Amino acid sequence: MKAVFVRRTSALLLRQFYLLRGSPARIVPLFAWVAIDIVLWGFITRYLNAVSAARFNFVPAMLGAVLLWDFMARVMQGITTAFLEDVWSRNFLNLFASPMSVTEYLSGLVLSSIATSLVGLVVMVALATLVFGLSFFVYGAMLAAFLLVLFLFGISLGIFGSALVLRFGPAAEWFIWPIPAFISPLACVFYPLATLPHWMQWLARLIPASYVFEGMRGVLAHRAIAATPLAIGSILAALYLLLMARAFTGVYRHAVRTGLIARYSAETVS
Amino acid sequence: MQEMTENANASILSVTELRKRYGETVAVDGVSFAVGMHEILGLLGPNGAGKTTTINMILGVLEPTSGKIIIDGCDLARRRRQALERTNFAAVYAPLPGNLTVGQNLRVFGLLYGVKRLNERIDGVLNEYDLVRFRDTKCGVLSSGEQTRVALAKAMLNQPRLLLLDEPTASLDPATAREIRATIRDFAAKCDVGVLWTSHNMIEVAEVCHRVLFLSRGRILLEGDPRRLPAEHEHETLEDLFVTVAREPLTIRRTEEE
Repeated sequence: MKAVFVRRTSALLLRQFYLLRGSPARIVPLFAWVAIDIVLWGFITRYLNAVSAARFNFVPAMLGAVLLWDFMARVMQGITTAFLEDVWSRNFLNLFASPMSVTEYLSGLVLSSIATSLVGLVVMVALATLVFGLSFFVYGAMLAAFLLVLFLFGISLGIFGSALVLRFGPAAEWFIWPIPAFISPLACVFYPLATLPHWMQWLARLIPASYVFEGMRGVLAHRAIAATPLAIGSILAALYLLLMARAFTGVYRHAVRTGLIARYSAETVS
Repeated sequence: MQEMTENANASILSVTELRKRYGETVAVDGVSFAVGMHEILGLLGPNGAGKTTTINMILGVLEPTSGKIIIDGCDLARRRRQALERTNFAAVYAPLPGNLTVGQNLRVFGLLYGVKRLNERIDGVLNEYDLVRFRDTKCGVLSSGEQTRVALAKAMLNQPRLLLLDEPTASLDPATAREIRATIRDFAAKCDVGVLWTSHNMIEVAEVCHRVLFLSRGRILLEGDPRRLPAEHEHETLEDLFVTVAREPLTIRRTEEE
């Protein structure tokens, strides 16, 4: 059973590899936009360091935040683009008439996302370190926890976006791309949570990424590392992942009940 | 043909009281039939009769409102994975992704279907469907006839026990269509497989199918040997009978009433 699971999920990963290998148009976006972001924010942080009081270093606070945020967005887009490949190539009927389960399908999307988001992460880390002198040692061991929470949350958002498209049709693709921008004010990427109005702080506490960026600023300010907030962020991220996987399964079942899966090809054409 | 009739008792597909309702609209209304081993069963009917809805339910991509589908002893509702491992299909409306090559598509679907000795099997279907020269060609740039052959190659990859073919020769030239028909007849005769075939080409149906079902408004109107049915219903050809079923279904005595 385990071998079957590995074979089916690796089939989706292999499909993604084939698509990337033969298409520069797919490879370049894996790192181009995040690289531009790092360059842009690299220079902004240098400028801020130059004009502000010398005691605060903006590079790890802002450039590091941009890097972590872009990593989460790349993870999300890794899921959604792998899913959209099936929408664009009208492949649902072939895929879902095969013995593959929804869990195997989602796992295949996650594997694809790990592979593609790693490319972006490596490029971002290389640029931020080599060009702008960002040292990841300043975050210490907490960096692994930050990346894990953002990875889980990015996967949740990707599955949520895919469920939207499966439910509302190919045109709903345009709902997916602004998702990170939509939640970024509540994720407190660049400012402390306390900056937000009281009612927004409550909403921000529902966003796992806000715990990461609060924790990151805490580490940089040499405050004692509070494990509880980050644990809450991790639990929230894991909970959202389970909820979104359930939501996708529910949408899939609805699509099978109503005939949407079978009709999806025709609607994509139209 | 005699051997086929005897083996047909060993049912590969059994459909019982299958029904699909969309709100007030009944697309398939209590259809029951079986496909035996080595049998090619033709599912005929005008557009909107319920053929594709029936096929989609057998493929597990459309949930029936009620009824039961058993594929090679596996209840599709309870043992979906096992049932679909024994099934495959080709349909004009489900081409393989055009952005992958023929070889890449066959490899990906071979893994999804759990095909053993995949390299060997891919070589086999590429040879069988005259696709060797297209192994590294993207499916999207192939002609519709070549794409149909790729879809058939994918449908044969896992050597299914149940093969569903929805108008498999619709976009093929007559010579290729004849070859494909011969290949599938040969496949059905030699392997332990049952084939459900839809087509609007009545000459093809008479040539290929051992038995046909005429669907009209979601119900089975007629069933029988495509070579004898026209005479039994006072028509000259299967096509004449098809036209009557499509235009005046009430003038046909239903199979269940006989």
